[in-house]
Amino acid sequence: MTEPAPAIALPAPAVARWQDYVRLLKPRVMSLVVFTAFTGLMCARTPMDPVLGAVAVLCIALGAGGSAALNMAYDADIDLLMRRTRGRPVPAGAVQAADALALGITLSLFSVGIMGLAINWLAAGLLGFTIVFYAVVYTMWLKRRTPQNIVLGGLAGALPPVVGWAAASGAAPFNAWLLVAIIFLWTPPHFWALSLYTSADYANAGVPMMPVVKGPASTRRQILAYSVVLALAALAPTFTGLGGATYFGVAALGGLVFVALAVRLARSGAGDAAPEHDGLYDVKAAARPARDLFAFSILYLFGLFGALLAERFAALAGIST
Amino acid sequence: MSDPNLESPQAAKARGGRNIAIAIALAAFVILVFVISIAKMSAHVAAPH
Repeated sequence: MTEPAPAIALPAPAVARWQDYVRLLKPRVMSLVVFTAFTGLMCARTPMDPVLGAVAVLCIALGAGGSAALNMAYDADIDLLMRRTRGRPVPAGAVQAADALALGITLSLFSVGIMGLAINWLAAGLLGFTIVFYAVVYTMWLKRRTPQNIVLGGLAGALPPVVGWAAASGAAPFNAWLLVAIIFLWTPPHFWALSLYTSADYANAGVPMMPVVKGPASTRRQILAYSVVLALAALAPTFTGLGGATYFGVAALGGLVFVALAVRLARSGAGDAAPEHDGLYDVKAAARPARDLFAFSILYLFGLFGALLAERFAALAGIST
Repeated sequence: MSDPNLESPQAAKARGGRNIAIAIALAAFVILVFVISIAKMSAHVAAPH
């Protein structure tokens, strides 16, 4: 019979500053969400009042912030056990979990309500689904139960482009879901590369990340498989009329580099040795291929969506790409 | 003997900062509703049918 995990005492409450509440919203994640949602909004190619477009992006940003606050409220116990997350406002004792929960619920209801009233209810529904999927399905159900947590949970991070697209056009066509598919396929190699050199933290917190459950060799093979599928899927927008020549060039070149880095990682021993570094991101030489793929994956996604956005702005300016 | 309920200067400063942040958020909400209303009404004025 397994013993239940002992309750972990959070630090005594400290004085909460307004900046601590901003940190609950995960501003860096929010910026990526805004970027991909804005790309979806622009790619819809539907004329939209710029003020209402800005309101839609604001709602998506606040929805992302609300779901991040809900995540931090629920995950405070395991965040305290990992170096990457122990400085977050709730585990650090700056903000009470109940306050983070209240902020998350308020922002979630506010963002969905304003999106519905000011833009349209399809976008509001998709935004609400995204928030619930991240806060409930990923955070409460998947994260602590299965090594497929970030594969399935990645849907929440992948949905912002279709929310933006729906906000602009009132529809969610195939091309919008293609953007969702690209981020969905990008998520596993991105997070597994990171977890290969931070697996000790996840193991310590009892989070069943893939390297902890299946081992680093299996994780490296799965990263390679996802990378190949991702590189091919990222070419698809060129053939559906969504991306042009610039996008194709970025997707083809970026995909080749992505797969090459995944092959290098698969052949390496990244994650095999027990981490002995002192600093969180002081990566041992053996784990560098994982760190390199993790870093490039961010650049790659930014490049893909940046190319789509650049092509759209060029089209609006009458420049042929 | 000091009053245990007395707020420390650090706590008072943090509370003041939170109050200002809430005031700004409320003002931003009022402006947001106003701007949305104008934008929605302008669209109907431009295309009444």
